[in-house]
Amino acid sequence: MSGEPRTASAAAKVRFREAQIEMAHGAGGKASRRLVEGLFAPLLFGASPEPLGDAASLRIGGARMAITTDSFVVKPLVFPGGSIGELAINGTVNDLAVSGARPEAMVVTFILEAGLRTDVLQAEIRAMGNAARAAGVRIVGGDTKVVEHGKADSMYITTTGLGAPLPEVEIDPRSVRPGDKVLLSGPIGDHGITILLARGELDMEGDLRSDTRSVFPLVNAVVQAAGTGVRWMRDPTRGGVATSLNELARDCGLGVVLFEDNIPVHDAVRGACELLGLDPLHIANEGQFLAVVAPELAEAALETLQKVPGGDEARIIGEIREQPACSVLVTTLYGGSRIVDMLVGDPLPRIC
Amino acid sequence: MKYVDEFRDPELITKAAEEVRRLADPNRHYRLMEVCGGHTHAIYRFGLKDVLPANIELIHGPGCPVCVLPMGRIDDALSIATDSNVIFAAFGDMMRVPGTHGSPLEHKARGMDVRIVYSPTDAIKLAKMNPQKHVMFFAIGFETTAPSTALTLQRAKAEGLHNFSVFCNHVTIIPAIRAILDSPDMRLDGFIGPGHVSTVIGCRPYEWIARNERKPIVVCGFEPLDLLQSIVMLLTQLKKGEAEVENQYKRVVPWEGNRAALRAMAEIFELRPYFEWRGLGFISQSALRIREPYAEWDAEQRFNVPGIRVTDPKAAQCGEVLKGVLKPAQCKLFGRECTPENPVGALMVSSEGSCAAYYNYEHRKAALVTSLS
Repeated sequence: MSGEPRTASAAAKVRFREAQIEMAHGAGGKASRRLVEGLFAPLLFGASPEPLGDAASLRIGGARMAITTDSFVVKPLVFPGGSIGELAINGTVNDLAVSGARPEAMVVTFILEAGLRTDVLQAEIRAMGNAARAAGVRIVGGDTKVVEHGKADSMYITTTGLGAPLPEVEIDPRSVRPGDKVLLSGPIGDHGITILLARGELDMEGDLRSDTRSVFPLVNAVVQAAGTGVRWMRDPTRGGVATSLNELARDCGLGVVLFEDNIPVHDAVRGACELLGLDPLHIANEGQFLAVVAPELAEAALETLQKVPGGDEARIIGEIREQPACSVLVTTLYGGSRIVDMLVGDPLPRIC
Repeated sequence: MKYVDEFRDPELITKAAEEVRRLADPNRHYRLMEVCGGHTHAIYRFGLKDVLPANIELIHGPGCPVCVLPMGRIDDALSIATDSNVIFAAFGDMMRVPGTHGSPLEHKARGMDVRIVYSPTDAIKLAKMNPQKHVMFFAIGFETTAPSTALTLQRAKAEGLHNFSVFCNHVTIIPAIRAILDSPDMRLDGFIGPGHVSTVIGCRPYEWIARNERKPIVVCGFEPLDLLQSIVMLLTQLKKGEAEVENQYKRVVPWEGNRAALRAMAEIFELRPYFEWRGLGFISQSALRIREPYAEWDAEQRFNVPGIRVTDPKAAQCGEVLKGVLKPAQCKLFGRECTPENPVGALMVSSEGSCAAYYNYEHRKAALVTSLS
């Protein structure tokens, strides 16, 4: 969420009519957006907000800074490739990074369930320390609350991060133009499918790891290569690439056209999605980002990105067009196409 | 990915599409019904309409088990689960399907113990892990999923599992196809036959469609190339004036079906005299119920079921859409009162429902195809 209202955007006229909060309001898709735009924004920001970014940009005493916050409720706490502590650092680091800011400092809040074992907590604190050091961000404070046993799922973590805006970029969906290219930093769906499998409810196994990592080095490479040619960035977490790009399409009023064959997806993710009737474009990621870059700079940005460790699977996956306005269209090599909407609620596996 | 990639090969798909165009008589309009919701989903997901000539119209059939279930059945099952001792277990497909007072997911948010399971075996596991509770599995599906419910009931009985039951909504595909063919002003040229159902029942049960109704039917897989090949096979038959049952999905579907699965179904289930289908009304001998020796595991016999009957909202035209008489977007509620987020009918909920598929993949697209090319 970001503050400082500027001009009214297409997103301004949402009303929240639901009588109670449902799980879908936290799933990152349409319902979440309605909650934020229809209830939080009008009551907290006053007038209509600017397009909602991953971090707010502020000017305090002449200094520009970026601020963001994120809460982490994940089950299981530890999964292949990561854990809640690592996610809590990287998630907030990435929200700052894709807002065009260098992550600098962070405060952390823990809500712990009475009965949580110390070694479990210690492991997560250690994971947070390691992730913060790897991302070059200092943890400068925090708070802890303990709730009764049964009132929380082991532990919840909230992290709030402060970043220094990179001078070279201005991230704003309204600066996106037809012809701009859409870059993706690497394969999608690894995190969401890893978590789904790690819950152990499916009789399925896969050689998959969460992609959780700081994307700042990758973002920085793109920014250094393309400067103000970088129009927009987002880390496609809950709701996946489809939801992030639908938000972009709505905010800029243009169409996002994706080339399905260019979208990198690991075979294990594709296989699981085929079996469960899910679309990889709706699956959560924790270590990828999307960037919209001016066409003349896109190739250079991609080449630079691919040279950064962990960026070798980056691709240009699509482009911005006038049509379909406010929508995302996926096209295939054989000429078929489909509209891909935001996720509605949680992705529910299809069986029958 | 084996068995997927070769059926999505752009070159082969392009060739098959050319073959379709070559075979289709430009002076004729073809109306082909895909019976199965899985096909409806695939047609939209792969954007196949974009590669088919305009005179081939695909009509969406009744083969989406979630969509044909009348709302009263959901209300009945939810009423059993208002007992705090009961765990309501169902596939993910069911979770957003509206009952009169909300979907299972909404009941869960209000405190009902609702769990998503991925197979009936998971429901058995759940029952073993919660011996002090009763687990009711909401069974749904055509012959595709009925055998696994049957095997689960055999297991529950063999293991003497007493805190487990099945609320059985299994339906059978053939009576639904018959109802479609019997309904007036339904002119169809042929059928894209169900794939998954046929793995169980085989191809023989369709023979009357070819013989008596003189309509070709091709049992078909779920990849874009499968669908185009099946359309080629249907057009070839139509061109020659033939009506046969053909099997395009030989890599999965045996002509005689799966005998072991059919045996398990026959042991556990018997036909109900009649069953209500949303949109199609009461169809005789079209659904399965649990046989007497398994009565203890039959939620309908074990619990007091109110037998709720709910008529669909008047403006909703789910029935016409299910029968293929109306296209999703021709329904008065489509995209306005009825959206995937606030579905009025189940066709808008299930990923196999034609309204949801149309809304998710096609809606908004029609007007822009020209501007894209």
